[in-house]
Amino acid sequence: MLREEEDTRPYECDGLTAYRQVPMVVALPETEEQVQRVLQTCTAMGVPVVPRGAGTGLSGGALPPGNGVLLSMAKFMRIVRVDSRARVAVAQPGVRNAAISEAAAPYGLYYAPDPSSQIACTIGGNVAENSGGVHCLKYGLTVHNVVRVRGFTMSGEAIELGSEAPDAPGYDLLALAIGSEGMLIVVTEVAVKLLPKPQCARVIMASFDDVGKAGQAVADVIAAGIIPAGLEMMDQPATRAVEQFVGAGYDLQAAAILLCESDGTPEEVEDEIARMQAVLERSGAARMTVSRDEAERLRFWSGRKAAFPAVGRISPDYYCMDGTIPRKRLGEILQFIAQMEAKYGLRCPNVFHAGDGNLHPLILFDANDADELRRTELFAAEVLEKCIEVGGTITGEHGVGVEKINQMCVQFQPDELEMFQAVKAAFDPARLLNPGKAVPTLARCAEYGRMHVRGGKLPHAELPRF
Amino acid sequence: MSLQTLQERIRDAAGRGAALRLRGGGTKDFYGNTPRGEVLDTRVFSGIVSYEPTELVVTARCGTLLSELDATLAERGQFLPFEPPHFGAGATFGGCIAAGLSGPRRASAGALRDYMLGARLIDGRGHVLGFGGQVMKNVAGYDVSRLLAGSLGTLGLIAEASLKVLPRPPSELTLRFEMPEERAIEALNRWAGQPLPISASAWHDGELHVRLSGAAPAVRAAAEKMGGERTGEEAFWTAIREHTAPFFGGPEPLWRIAVPPPTARLCLAGNQLIEWGGGLRWLTSDASPHTVREAALRAKGHATLFRAAAKPAAAFAPLDPVLMRLHRELKAAFDPAGIFNPGRLYAEM
Repeated sequence: MLREEEDTRPYECDGLTAYRQVPMVVALPETEEQVQRVLQTCTAMGVPVVPRGAGTGLSGGALPPGNGVLLSMAKFMRIVRVDSRARVAVAQPGVRNAAISEAAAPYGLYYAPDPSSQIACTIGGNVAENSGGVHCLKYGLTVHNVVRVRGFTMSGEAIELGSEAPDAPGYDLLALAIGSEGMLIVVTEVAVKLLPKPQCARVIMASFDDVGKAGQAVADVIAAGIIPAGLEMMDQPATRAVEQFVGAGYDLQAAAILLCESDGTPEEVEDEIARMQAVLERSGAARMTVSRDEAERLRFWSGRKAAFPAVGRISPDYYCMDGTIPRKRLGEILQFIAQMEAKYGLRCPNVFHAGDGNLHPLILFDANDADELRRTELFAAEVLEKCIEVGGTITGEHGVGVEKINQMCVQFQPDELEMFQAVKAAFDPARLLNPGKAVPTLARCAEYGRMHVRGGKLPHAELPRF
Repeated sequence: MSLQTLQERIRDAAGRGAALRLRGGGTKDFYGNTPRGEVLDTRVFSGIVSYEPTELVVTARCGTLLSELDATLAERGQFLPFEPPHFGAGATFGGCIAAGLSGPRRASAGALRDYMLGARLIDGRGHVLGFGGQVMKNVAGYDVSRLLAGSLGTLGLIAEASLKVLPRPPSELTLRFEMPEERAIEALNRWAGQPLPISASAWHDGELHVRLSGAAPAVRAAAEKMGGERTGEEAFWTAIREHTAPFFGGPEPLWRIAVPPPTARLCLAGNQLIEWGGGLRWLTSDASPHTVREAALRAKGHATLFRAAAKPAAAFAPLDPVLMRLHRELKAAFDPAGIFNPGRLYAEM
């Protein structure tokens, strides 16, 4: 237990540093019994609990409660077993994402989801956020790669969801828990699927003189029946920032570049790279380079994986968005972002998981300038609401947390938000586990002024409005 | 019939406290506990709402025929990768999602739930609720659409759903091996740990069939490495998926036992057919439900009484008390009057 402010201050925020709150108490349990006792005690006393992994989350999901306990799972860092025959690894939640693949490597296996923060982020946090990564178009998100979790409900009841046998009986509560932002259960053990490591991988770096053409090329690759292992896009402001930082060898003259990867057996990769090159050529790629060896492949990816820190070097602060859109609306949304840059007087490089339509525009600002921060938040809100308008979502993989809670009022109707609250109540009737995150109350939506109104009828007229 | 008509039927039933039996083509009437209630025919709300091959997404209404959907996807060289069983020409899209069943490709491509992107649901109050969407990555709100997969219509009427689809693999072939059961289980688990494009497996009576799918050169190279005899009959896999293969024709109850794939031979009286690289053991047997469920539990798996002339037991493996309480509370949240398919999943709800 940490109580002194000098000890609790490091926990005041996660990767979303704009929101800070020093927790009253930080608990660092080492055993499941201790986790259970913390939860039972807090339930008895009506004290809120916020679970935390490595604190790399980008939406404030681990923002501590001022009047409660921050439950750090950092000491749960043991890999319980790697079962090479069943291709399953069982890990405690504080194990780093990359450490699972390292432990599986001697068996020629790996854990597929690879969020950019994988050297630091924990598997428990990945479960909470349903983390993705640059290879999730082909290999899926956390929800596709976790088979079982064990943990406790807020009241301290032991619970196990999913199974190492396929298709556990009853409702798919595992799917409900994954991506629930630590609001339904506290996870103390995670079993993940391991896949055979592809024998080889090669990546094409393709340059385009127009962002719209690059977007069309993405659709063309998929229309040709190809699911690349990774399909990423960066615009020119992003490649320029990255190139100064890591020297990835990107084409700085291009308006946008695509990274298009193939993995598998050598025969498969050779065949797929040739097919992808033919498609990209027809789609108007101005230049294409295929990685010659593993070192070059990793260098091409290093720029993409370092995009956030690289942007951090050219601006005092940046704000990362996470909307997902149908791929065909890409040109429209990029044009909209360009208009917002002019409207708010802020720059915004774009990196983009193009294959699955997940955008990460990075608004550059200076947090010491109160007006820039205000304009940044308005800019971000407009972009997220545009994502909803074109048929997408406000968050693809970073979560709602505290950051996008207002936009939930735009994306969902009151009946749907009430159903989310009811799901929460089934697991945590006293609403003590990570309260106030991810799902807004209707009162909060009313306050935001964006209550979803259908047919001119204000829903829930009984609620107080202010 | 419009969505409003279905909503009115549901509101009316909720008002009377009358049980509703949600039903499409009735091809899966045998699945789960015995259905009861007034039939609400979901086929009245049908049609493919949108299909964008380059977005890899299809959205359809519950009453759409699964065969129509398959044909539409096939025109563009795409398919539902989890290969859902139809169990009859009348199978509907809504029934497919409510049953949540996946076919031979399950072990490599994933289950139906892995392809759920979004759904529109009519809940027990008659409200139309939308969850998820039509994009690949979406973590806004709890993943309610995946919860609906396999819920057997007990949470509401799945009016519309969006699924991820994939391009059909350019090349497929099937290999046949003579192999006793223990060696087949061993070989399947060894192969699954190697980068081989295995997309289905079935062992029965000393014969193992393995299907390879992918780019032609990769399939050829894998076939050379693995050996065996090439058969190349797609009809073989259709018969496994649709339970028209002779194994499934007997009069004994059919059990579906899910276990961790390396699990050794299950010592149970009766006949077995193994799929999913060892993860699924079909059993036709007159063994007592208790014996079958105990054997599954010992292997850290679970047994479903899949099909039987007269069901001697509950269809699904019982849940522990904490999970059962969560099931009942979720059921109550979606269906406060308890009108949707009562008892179909568990007698308690």
